[in-house]
Amino acid sequence: MSDLSPLDAAGVDAAVSDALAAFAAASTLDELKEARLAHTGDKAPLTLANRQIGGLEPSDKAAAGKAMGAARAAMGRALAVRTEELEAERDARVLVEEAVDVTLPTSRALVGARHPIETMQERMCDLFVSMGWEVAEGPEMEAEWFNFDALNFDPDHPAREMQDTFFIDPPSSGLLMRTHTSPVQVRAALERRDSLEEGRGIYVVCPGKTFRTDELDATHTPVFHQIEGLAIDRGLTMAHLKGTLDHFARALFGPDAITRLRPAFFPFTEPSAEMDLRCFVCGGDDAACRTCRGTGWIEWGGCGMTHPNVLRAAGIDPEKYTAFAFGMGIERTLMFRHNVTDMRDMVEGDVRFSQQFGMEI
Amino acid sequence: MPKIPLSWLAESVALEPGASPVDIATSLAKVGLEEEGIHGSGVEGPLVVGRVMSLVKEEQSNGKTINYCRVDVGAFNDPEGPGHKPDNKVEYPSSKGIVCGAHNFVEGDYVVVVLPGATLPGPFPISGRKTYGHWSDGMICSAKELGLGEDHSGIIVLTSMGFSADDLTPGQDAIALLGLDEKTLEINVTPDRGYSFSIRGVAREYSHATGASFTDPASLPVSGAAGDAFPVLIEDHAPVRGNVGCDRFVARIVRGFDPSAVSPGWMKQRLEAAGMRSISLAVDVTNYVMLELGQPLHAYDLATLTAPIVVRRAVPAEQIETLDDVERVLHGEDLLITDSLGGHGARPIGIAGVMGGALTEVSSGTTDVLLEAAHFDPITVARTARRHKLGSEASRRFERAVDTALPPVAVQRAANLLVEFGGGVIEEIYTDVNNVPAVEAIEMDADFPARIVGVPYTAAQVIDSLTQVGCSVERDGEVLIVTPPTWRADLEAPINLVEEVARLQGYEGMPSVLPVAPPGRGYTHSQLVRKSVARSLAEAGLTQVLTYPFISEARLDDCLLPADDVRRDVIRLANPISAEQPLLRTAVIETLVDAVRVNLGRGAQDVALYETGRAYLGRLVGAIPATYSGTSITPDDVEALNEAIPGQVRRVAGVMAGNRVVSGWDGHATPWRWTDAMAMVEKVERACGVVLEISSEVGERQSTAPFHPGRVAVYRLAGEIVGLAGELHPKVCENLGLPARTVAFELLLDPLIDESEGVLVTASPVSGQVLAKEDFAFVVPASVAAGALVDAVLEAGDGLVEDARVFDVYTGEQIGGGKKSLAINVKMRDADHTLTADEVLEVRNAIIVAAAEKFGAILR
Repeated sequence: MSDLSPLDAAGVDAAVSDALAAFAAASTLDELKEARLAHTGDKAPLTLANRQIGGLEPSDKAAAGKAMGAARAAMGRALAVRTEELEAERDARVLVEEAVDVTLPTSRALVGARHPIETMQERMCDLFVSMGWEVAEGPEMEAEWFNFDALNFDPDHPAREMQDTFFIDPPSSGLLMRTHTSPVQVRAALERRDSLEEGRGIYVVCPGKTFRTDELDATHTPVFHQIEGLAIDRGLTMAHLKGTLDHFARALFGPDAITRLRPAFFPFTEPSAEMDLRCFVCGGDDAACRTCRGTGWIEWGGCGMTHPNVLRAAGIDPEKYTAFAFGMGIERTLMFRHNVTDMRDMVEGDVRFSQQFGMEI
Repeated sequence: MPKIPLSWLAESVALEPGASPVDIATSLAKVGLEEEGIHGSGVEGPLVVGRVMSLVKEEQSNGKTINYCRVDVGAFNDPEGPGHKPDNKVEYPSSKGIVCGAHNFVEGDYVVVVLPGATLPGPFPISGRKTYGHWSDGMICSAKELGLGEDHSGIIVLTSMGFSADDLTPGQDAIALLGLDEKTLEINVTPDRGYSFSIRGVAREYSHATGASFTDPASLPVSGAAGDAFPVLIEDHAPVRGNVGCDRFVARIVRGFDPSAVSPGWMKQRLEAAGMRSISLAVDVTNYVMLELGQPLHAYDLATLTAPIVVRRAVPAEQIETLDDVERVLHGEDLLITDSLGGHGARPIGIAGVMGGALTEVSSGTTDVLLEAAHFDPITVARTARRHKLGSEASRRFERAVDTALPPVAVQRAANLLVEFGGGVIEEIYTDVNNVPAVEAIEMDADFPARIVGVPYTAAQVIDSLTQVGCSVERDGEVLIVTPPTWRADLEAPINLVEEVARLQGYEGMPSVLPVAPPGRGYTHSQLVRKSVARSLAEAGLTQVLTYPFISEARLDDCLLPADDVRRDVIRLANPISAEQPLLRTAVIETLVDAVRVNLGRGAQDVALYETGRAYLGRLVGAIPATYSGTSITPDDVEALNEAIPGQVRRVAGVMAGNRVVSGWDGHATPWRWTDAMAMVEKVERACGVVLEISSEVGERQSTAPFHPGRVAVYRLAGEIVGLAGELHPKVCENLGLPARTVAFELLLDPLIDESEGVLVTASPVSGQVLAKEDFAFVVPASVAAGALVDAVLEAGDGLVEDARVFDVYTGEQIGGGKKSLAINVKMRDADHTLTADEVLEVRNAIIVAAAEKFGAILR
């Protein structure tokens, strides 16, 4: 094959066309590289032609140079376009080839969880803290005085009997495992009573562990949890108690929650009430409902106006201040808010139980 | 709790027409009487009257004689004919064939027949069946089979139960006839509402709830006059809590009644429905009146009594045989009824308000009775009943206080019934020792209920409610002077009256007003930190559990606690649920391991649990000051009481067994290691904002149990041990059934939290200069703690070392025995300029020198 002359316009055009065709025909970046070397490399006809320019007549140099420049530019453009195309194809192909099965298990480290009794307590406390209330706590092993005497339990009250209360040995120690969170009410009132004089009411909730000598079964556990509320202020009435409970119920059970108070007796409140929630399984429409036993109501907790003797025990003048208190079981709340049907699931420590709830409730 | 037969209730209050037992329960709940159950007789038909047409005695091979009866049951009869197989040999009149083993009846008797398809209490469904060579279509019933009493000596013959043959027709429904259609409502009587332990009280409450008209069954005329009848003396020389044990004693004699007279069927049926047994007419009458009015009574055989009756406290160790045939040794606080056989008040004849004595009880030969109705001190009765574990129908009522006006009325009612059904004469004069003080009036502002309840009750409403519950109310301007009725000993103060007004006016009408609390202080530091601790451990892969704090003595041994370890200072429960677990845990790990085992037992292989909670150290039990017993308290008292409460600081503990990372398609498993336990402690430290000192040094009376002594970190805060972390002792794993190399940690939380309370982080500026990194490999004696070497490196850096971290530990031949090589990566940076090569070299040399000087370290 004779060398291509830079002045052979048809030849140059043909060479460019060959090159463009070769670029277009390259289906991979490797083929394109081969085509590039073949058509623009050292041995390529146009490269060799370009080298001849130096030996041309001066009058021909400009035309030849221009023709060769145009040829190189055309090839360069075509090469760039095709490179981009092939690179895009390659990139796309790589992404497809690298695809993984996202349904394979990913986390191999053990996954933890909070216990729902704790997260439920926290949720309840969050609600009250958002209302300006404070969270008060006290010891679980308590002086009998705080657990009973201060709460207006007569020394001969049957609740002081062995069948309900864990007493610490020796019985003369005057110590017991608190049977309710109510002793914290008295402690909290004592700690904060100065604020009453400053015109600030006392509003506290007291969550925590409580103990009674019940055998563990589907509905009883000797160690359980309660949350109590106590508000002491000037002019508080039972209507404020009801308003607080309604708000609490709606926050936990939804805006349609309906509550009912009915008369009851507790030594530390007067008037006293049991607080019921409208059964959210049957709504009160099913006489055979197993959740509410057909009554339409589920007992949630006890409440009432704090007995003047309790306020006196904490050194607060019941003539000046009135107070209300309420208390409910955390386990019981979980049972009907989350359909826990067996108390044992909450106490045995099987991780599968807690893990249903995760971190918040 | 009392069971109220509804037909009985209806005698004192007009039940709303068509009201079901549930409706009645709902009405009573509105005024505070909670339903505990609705009971029926358990008998479902067909249960009919039958007339025995024929009775053939047949001796059986087992020695028994049975009766094959043909019984006329009216509309339920089989047609005339040979009867059911295998009885088809003879022609029978229209009737049913029934086999009966009792022998107290004859042909022509009216009996009670339960037919196939019926159910008797048990429940026992009845069907026809082949027995003793006959087909028997049901049973002829005894009283016991129908739940009408304990009598099972024979079947019921209706005419001997007081029914007239003229009123009986074969096939007639016997359920209604015997009152077995009665529904009984069991209610929960709260301690303040003792008078509701009676038909009288419940009827009154029903009238409060519904407005239905109430007829007081206690309003009956008392005949005759109080006077010098049977002598009774009250001689209480040791009142309990200042209360004389007996302030009223009524005794009345009924002479000449027929000891063979039996209680009427309806009375027996009501007693049974209310949960009591029918015994004899005299006893049944006293029980019936107690159930109706709430006043316990006792009937003595007059012939056995020697005057005077003396009510006194027992002499310690004195004895009495009670009605239940138990010989009881008495306590000096027990109140006794005595008579004077063998001297004045020498012979105990009853424990007051609890149970009568066996010697003076009415018997089948008694014709003259002395009826007693007294009023006893609730506390005395309650203490005695508990002391002797002898809760009786009487004690349950006296404990809750009984109407002081009832004794003469109740005795009258009982005497009337005794005379009505057993004949005899009530003596005109009766004894009434009455020291009952007048009920004290309560002064209350008329608007006080409105101020407490938040409902604007008018004075008229307040007066109306209080009058309804039986108070007499006088008005003096804005003040009401309220005298409670004798049956409401619980009404002592204005606040008690408020509850009466609120419940009678109805809790439903109460408005709902959300009070606005003053701005609060939010969560405390401790509350925030504890939540953070709990959350970070859960996020690190541990699952929170809450175990019971009860342990056995053996658990402490299983944990290898030495005899002098502080955790042997246990607190013991006086009354544990399980005798095997009488102690409170002294560390959370002691019970947390149980939850690990629950999970392992259910097939889990990798278990990581944590618990935040308290454990209890008994170092102060036994040194407790006298129990506080005041009625109000000061902060000083609180401090004294708190000091008496043993140590129960909050803790956090974790136990991890198996793998931290399980094996999978993309990698191998990683077991939980001692380092992970320590890493958990680090998380707790970070959440608490403290840094603990780590060492292997144990403290006085503080061993490393239950940990592996060579693989445990001992944590200290300000010199005090606050926790342990590492691998559990192999023997402990074996003792507790845990996998080998189970790791754990336990920390006291409260001291860590207290440490950071109020401490604010002072921020250091973050340098943007270029980081210089240097690696060192020091050969040191094997005993050198890596942590100490790192500390020395940091110190030698003189502020320029930002971080130093051990990234490799090597022991082996290359460096010789008794030595180890620690490779440390050191990061250096200055606040204001990039460190020059010379400066880096200078730090490097300082580090090498310090390591050599302090630990004999040689740079490899």
